[in-house]
Amino acid sequence: MGIYHRPCNLKDALAILSTGKVTLAAGCTDLLPATERQALAGSVLDIMAIQDLQGVTKTSQGWRIGAAATWRDVVRADLPPAFDMLKAAARQVGSLQIQNVATVAGNLCNASPAADGVPPLLALDSKIELASSGSTRFVPLAEFVTGVRKTAMRPDEMVVAVHIPAGSGEGISAFRKLGARKYLVISIAMVAARLVVRDGVIQSAAIAVGACSPVAQRMGALEAALVGRTLAGCDAAVQPAHITGVLTPISDVRGSETYRLDAAQEQIRRVLRDLAGGVS
Amino acid sequence: MKDGANIDILVNGARREVNAAPGRRLSDVLRNDLGLTGTKVGCDAGDCGACSVLLDGEVVCACLTPVAHVGARAVETVEALGEPGPDALQRAFLRHGAAQCGICTPGMLMAATALIRRTQTSSRSEVEEALAGVLCRCTGYTKIVDAVMDVAADKAGPSPKRGAAIGVSVERLDGLPKVDGTELYGADEGPRDALWVRAIRSPHARASFAFGDLENWASDREVIVFKASDIEGQNSFSVIRAYADQPALAEKEVRMRGEAVALVAGEQDVMSDLDLADFPISWEVLNALTTVAEACKEDAPRVLEDRPDNLLIAGHVKRGDPLDALAGSAHVVERTMDTGYVEHAYIEPEAGLAWMDGDVLNIRACTQAPVMDRDETALILGLEAQQVRIRPAATGGGFGSKLDVSLQPLIGLVTLKTGRAARMVYTRRESMMSTTKRHPSQMSARIGTDAEGRLTGMWFDGDFNTGAYSSWGPTVAVRVPVHASGPYAVPHYRAKARAVHTNGPVSGAFRGFGVPQAAILQETLFDELAEAAGLDRLAFRRKNALMDGQASVCGQVLQGVGIGECLDALSPVWDAGLEAVAQHNATHRDVKRGLGVASCWYGCGNTALPNPSTVRIGVTSDGTIVLHQGAMDIGQGANTVIAQIAADAFGIPVHQLTLVDGDTDITPDCGKTSASRQTVVTGKAAMLSGQALRAQVLAMTNMGSEAELTFEGTQIVVRDGDHCARIALESLPEGAHGYVLQAEESYDPPTSALDENGQGTPYAVYGYGAQMAEVEVDMKLGTVRVIRIIAAHDLGRVINPLLAEGQIEGGIAQGLGLALMEEYIPGRTENLHDYLIPTIGDMPEIKSILIEKPDPEGPYGAKGLGEHVLIPTAPAILNAIRHASGAQITKLPARPDRVLAAIKEAGNDHER
Repeated sequence: MGIYHRPCNLKDALAILSTGKVTLAAGCTDLLPATERQALAGSVLDIMAIQDLQGVTKTSQGWRIGAAATWRDVVRADLPPAFDMLKAAARQVGSLQIQNVATVAGNLCNASPAADGVPPLLALDSKIELASSGSTRFVPLAEFVTGVRKTAMRPDEMVVAVHIPAGSGEGISAFRKLGARKYLVISIAMVAARLVVRDGVIQSAAIAVGACSPVAQRMGALEAALVGRTLAGCDAAVQPAHITGVLTPISDVRGSETYRLDAAQEQIRRVLRDLAGGVS
Repeated sequence: MKDGANIDILVNGARREVNAAPGRRLSDVLRNDLGLTGTKVGCDAGDCGACSVLLDGEVVCACLTPVAHVGARAVETVEALGEPGPDALQRAFLRHGAAQCGICTPGMLMAATALIRRTQTSSRSEVEEALAGVLCRCTGYTKIVDAVMDVAADKAGPSPKRGAAIGVSVERLDGLPKVDGTELYGADEGPRDALWVRAIRSPHARASFAFGDLENWASDREVIVFKASDIEGQNSFSVIRAYADQPALAEKEVRMRGEAVALVAGEQDVMSDLDLADFPISWEVLNALTTVAEACKEDAPRVLEDRPDNLLIAGHVKRGDPLDALAGSAHVVERTMDTGYVEHAYIEPEAGLAWMDGDVLNIRACTQAPVMDRDETALILGLEAQQVRIRPAATGGGFGSKLDVSLQPLIGLVTLKTGRAARMVYTRRESMMSTTKRHPSQMSARIGTDAEGRLTGMWFDGDFNTGAYSSWGPTVAVRVPVHASGPYAVPHYRAKARAVHTNGPVSGAFRGFGVPQAAILQETLFDELAEAAGLDRLAFRRKNALMDGQASVCGQVLQGVGIGECLDALSPVWDAGLEAVAQHNATHRDVKRGLGVASCWYGCGNTALPNPSTVRIGVTSDGTIVLHQGAMDIGQGANTVIAQIAADAFGIPVHQLTLVDGDTDITPDCGKTSASRQTVVTGKAAMLSGQALRAQVLAMTNMGSEAELTFEGTQIVVRDGDHCARIALESLPEGAHGYVLQAEESYDPPTSALDENGQGTPYAVYGYGAQMAEVEVDMKLGTVRVIRIIAAHDLGRVINPLLAEGQIEGGIAQGLGLALMEEYIPGRTENLHDYLIPTIGDMPEIKSILIEKPDPEGPYGAKGLGEHVLIPTAPAILNAIRHASGAQITKLPARPDRVLAAIKEAGNDHER
């Protein structure tokens, strides 16, 4: 039987991590549902007591979401409108019961195609800070999640924080999640969008779609097409060509492939209309 | 061994030290180490929220909280709320009937407490947000939201005087334990030294298997393994004994995923950590039949050797000459409808305890049918019925599935073989994979009218996938043809339903026994017929509604038929609604609204078979009035409704009754809680018993029928005008059951066998209803929001309006789930996040209209309601979807992708 580690500082955590196989545990809202046992099995490294990993903070380079920060921390943090999409996603992760304990970083590490946190954090150009006892590295989120339930994190590494660069704090943002019921629902398709608008003209766009490919995707071609357009009516720019090839949805119990492609496009248009409506 | 640590936590204001692995679920620590079983566990996955507790005032799932995470934070559980008595919120829950089965109640209360500590003036949507993380399968959430919004009122429910309980919204008599966390469900009690039992279940739909070295595996782990060869009775059961075909433990071959092949029992600490993945068993996977079409192929293998063509049974009703009638009809419509497996998804997974008391095997487990459990368990274990005593636990929802035995013979076997108490608690996955489901159906029908829109004839065929074993398949096959006409006058009719075996999950009873599926096809076809005949859809139904003195499709001449009244009650809202919807749609492009209506009827009790109930009321020498209430209350309210009837019949205030439950040793058989029969059948037995006891008292005192009974200490005071007499209870001799006065009456509804054409009197009493749904359809996303449902139900006589509304709201929630989101797929949706049931945010506004058209047979005119309420919902929603969007749904559930595809097929995906 394993040992339950609950260190208070990062250095100790990394030392434990370097000694061998431990299961990293944060909010445990994915770990405990994965077992029918009454306790986490094996050796566990519980990171929730580590001081350095707490909270959502403003830094000199932007913002930092510590690995132990929960969705509730995000909802309650004082953040600019660029983060509205992240806050909206936060309010739709599972239930209050989940949001109160589940971590943002854990959502990324779990690497579900339907992870609610990934599209908004992609649209915020997030970088993941990974540490091992010997080193620290920063990996763009788009490279961190590599596939269904797969990440670029090595066994001796853990996530320390999610960083959002200062430049991504610009603009307005919105999020839409589509599911087959109102609460406690896993997305059929979801869209996060952030637009930087000056004098009614879109200067830059960051749009990400989740649950329609193994890993949520930024919509590069669409983003490019939006730049220079007026915000009002910008949803007309959305074309099927922008998503074909980028999104590769599956058919499952939540919806068919064709449906997901339709729904993703429609959700993008609506998010853009949400943003246009919010300004006018 | 657990690698335990001493952990200090603050629980309900007291410091508690527990020795627990830091990674153990807080729910388990609370329940097992601290005995705080008010915190319930429904899924161990954060999907249901039943285990919600507060950590420093914030709501969390205790099942997802490693005890190490508690740290210095204060834990509050339901036990803390009501010290010393129920708090304002708990009283509001009682007053509003917000607790039905009660299993989600502690979680709801904790989530609501977190909210009301911040504010007591929340809007409906704020309450919904706050409670969204807790699932309820009984109430439809409406009364829960009502209660939270009314927390400040702090009133008490009505306390009717003698003889005046019927018709009053008495708070449920068994309500207090449900809101204060003291109610004991199957998982909530057992001796420390009980053996814990887990089952080895098949991961395959069909496979043969062989065990490896069980002896060594078991001795290495200090556990005991039981297999089919340990069963000394008849290892083959069914709810209908003539069809007994399901083994408690499979012998050589499994016929469905989730079938148990062996049991492992051991001490609690061993069992909780035991890894069953290396259990020595090898499987040889065989070709499985998954659909009726596969099972009906000529060369299909037999699921069960003695069932040729994989046909369990076919039911059939024929009246007149339907083919001729259809040929001569002015309008004929025809279509198919497919529905899938639907899971009951009660929040309480099966759980129970078995122990020996002398040579009697005692079982305390969740159930809808104690006497059936006793008889089936005895049969399987080779015991006489009197060697088994069922002492029902509180049951956290059933909806039909807990009619069948699940773990009773399994824990019974372990206890019988070891002499030790045995406990078992199903995991959510185990509950979903191994217990019964609603029958998937493939149906087709043709219905015709004359030029004036009067029904001429109907032809119906339904194939019902009954899965690997019989369960209630025969009942579905018999009920469907009797009901597939709906509550309408259909002069020429032929309906056939087949229950066909596959290697799918066992299909059994689920609120309606196949009738909801048939109604979906019939009622959606009626919309097309009305259009063809150029009639308003509600008017078409009204025109064809059955009336008193008319014959049903079984040739039964009916009285007390309330369908016309139900439809009439909807008429004003329907007309106004149509206008409002048209106005909305004229100005909205992406979101269209629509109205739909559908009816129901449902025969109460067994179909053309006896199903008696017996009720005993006794008075003890100290003046306690005891009602033996054997109708299992699984949340629907029998404990209260039956008591209201008994109290009024006897002539005493209902709150003076002391209730005794359906313990098979001390309470007469009230049959099963199914088929909407308890209010009618047990209710009538209660009425007769109450009347008989009253007659005894009046005869003893020589008083007239209007005399008033008052219990004063050990005396009954009987007053009739100026006359007064007393019965000194202490002076009377005690009878066999310990009562000095006692009445025991039985009632069996008068029915007759059906002939070869299904003609006869299948039921003594029917109930009727009609619902109108208003929906909003997103024309680009195919999502459907049900805005409101107006539900008019004829109850004959309303015994308890509050509980009746609770049944309606809960039935509507399940009907909404059936229509829009519920689809059980073995191996894929065996949890409550892939299998979706409605959340608090999915519920429409519901208005109940209770109609009283007395039934000549029912007690005080009462009719059943439990199943009726679910039947019209799904077709009303589907009709509203079509009205809004043109989408004709022919396969349920109407998931967004299916709705959008149907909108496109109708050519309505662009602006209309």
